[in-house]
Amino acid sequence: MPEISRRGALTAAAVLTAAAGASAALAPAARAAGHHHEAPGAFDEVYKGRRLQGRPRTSGGHHHGDDYAVFIDGVELHVMRNADGTWISVVSHYQPVPTPRAAARAAVDELQGAALLPFPAAV
Amino acid sequence: MTVRKNQALLTAEEKRRFVAALLELKRSGRYDSFVSLHNDFIMSDTDHGERTGHRSPSFLPWHRRLLLEFERALQSVDPSVALPYWDWTADNSPRSSLWAPDFMGGTGRSRDGQVMDGPFAASSGNWPINVRVDGRSFLRRSLGSGGWQLPTRAEVESVLSIATYDMPPWNSASDGFRNHLEGWRGVNLHNRVHVWVGGHMATGASPNDPVFWLHHAYIDKLWAEWQRRHPRSGYLPTGGTPDVVDLDETLRPWHDMTPADLLDHTPHYTYDA
Repeated sequence: MPEISRRGALTAAAVLTAAAGASAALAPAARAAGHHHEAPGAFDEVYKGRRLQGRPRTSGGHHHGDDYAVFIDGVELHVMRNADGTWISVVSHYQPVPTPRAAARAAVDELQGAALLPFPAAV
Repeated sequence: MTVRKNQALLTAEEKRRFVAALLELKRSGRYDSFVSLHNDFIMSDTDHGERTGHRSPSFLPWHRRLLLEFERALQSVDPSVALPYWDWTADNSPRSSLWAPDFMGGTGRSRDGQVMDGPFAASSGNWPINVRVDGRSFLRRSLGSGGWQLPTRAEVESVLSIATYDMPPWNSASDGFRNHLEGWRGVNLHNRVHVWVGGHMATGASPNDPVFWLHHAYIDKLWAEWQRRHPRSGYLPTGGTPDVVDLDETLRPWHDMTPADLLDHTPHYTYDA
C-alpha cells in the first residue's frame, strides 16, 4: 500500500484543510501498533489522498474502547478495539483488522472518495 | 399467526407486499428509527463495558426482540406481511432470485457501490439513506467482493453442534455457540454475511439495507434449530454477571422482555420449515 514520507504527509496535510483540532498534537510518523493490547502509538499519513490520523486520547476511559481516536480528513472515525486486540470501525464493522491504522485505511477503501460524516448523522 | 418463510419460496405477490410495507415504513420515517436504534447499540456495545445487542450473550434475544418490533411495524402497514428469512447456505450467489429487481435489487456498481436496480435503488427515489456514516445518500452493496464466500451448510452444522450457549468472558473472545454464530470466533457465520453483502451491510448502519432483516431472520432461525438440538442447554449467564444481560434481566431499550421471555419464539411466529 502507498505510504508517503512524513515530509510528504505534512505537505499534503497543509493542502488539505484539516478540521478544527485535527492538526493539533501531530505525533511522529506511525509506529507499529496493537501488540499485546498495549495502547497503539500515534500515526499521521496520507493514504489514497486522505489524511489519516490516530492518537491515544489524553483523557477518557480506558476500558470502554474509547481511549484511542482516529480521524479521516479531520473527521473522527468511530473505532473500537476487540477483546483480542483487533480493531473495527463503524465503516467496516464486521471485519476486524490488526491496528487502528488498518481500520482507517479499510474505511478509506470503503469510502471510495466520499466524505466521512460525524456519526451518527441524519438529515 | 405469523409464519416466516424462506425468501426463495415467496410468491410474487408476497414479495410485492413485503417490499411495499418496507417502502411505507421508509416513507413515514419509522424505518430510519430502526437503523438509528441498531447503530446506537453497535457503537456502544463494547467488549469490556456494557454490551447488549452485540458481542454478548444477548446478541440473539436482543435481535429477536428487534425483529419482533420491526415485524409488528411492517404488519401495522400490511397485516399479511411476515419477515422472510434468507438461507445464505442455499442462495449463495449474486445471481440468486433474492437479488432480482422484483425483490432486493442487485449488487452495486464498481465506481461507488450504488445499487442500480430494484425498489431500493436511488433512482427509485424511495430509499434515501439518511442515517449514514458518509456523504453518500444511496444504497450500496458489493456482493461477494473481496473473494468472500457465504458460509456453507457444513459450517453451519459445525456451529450448531456446539453444546454450550456462551461462556466467559461473555464477549467477542468467548467460545461457545453464540460467538461462533455471531462470528467473532471460528468459522464466522453472521459477521461474514454482512461482509459478503458489503456496502451498507458492512457498516454500523447495516439495517439501511433491507436484506439485514432477512439475514437476521435466518440467524434467529438457527438459534431455534440449536435449541431443538440441545434441549438441555439453556441461555447463559443466568445471573450476577457484570455488563451483560443475564437470563432474567430486561433488554434495553425496550425494558419489557428478558432473554428468558424470548427463548420460545412460537408465541409470536413460526417458521415454514
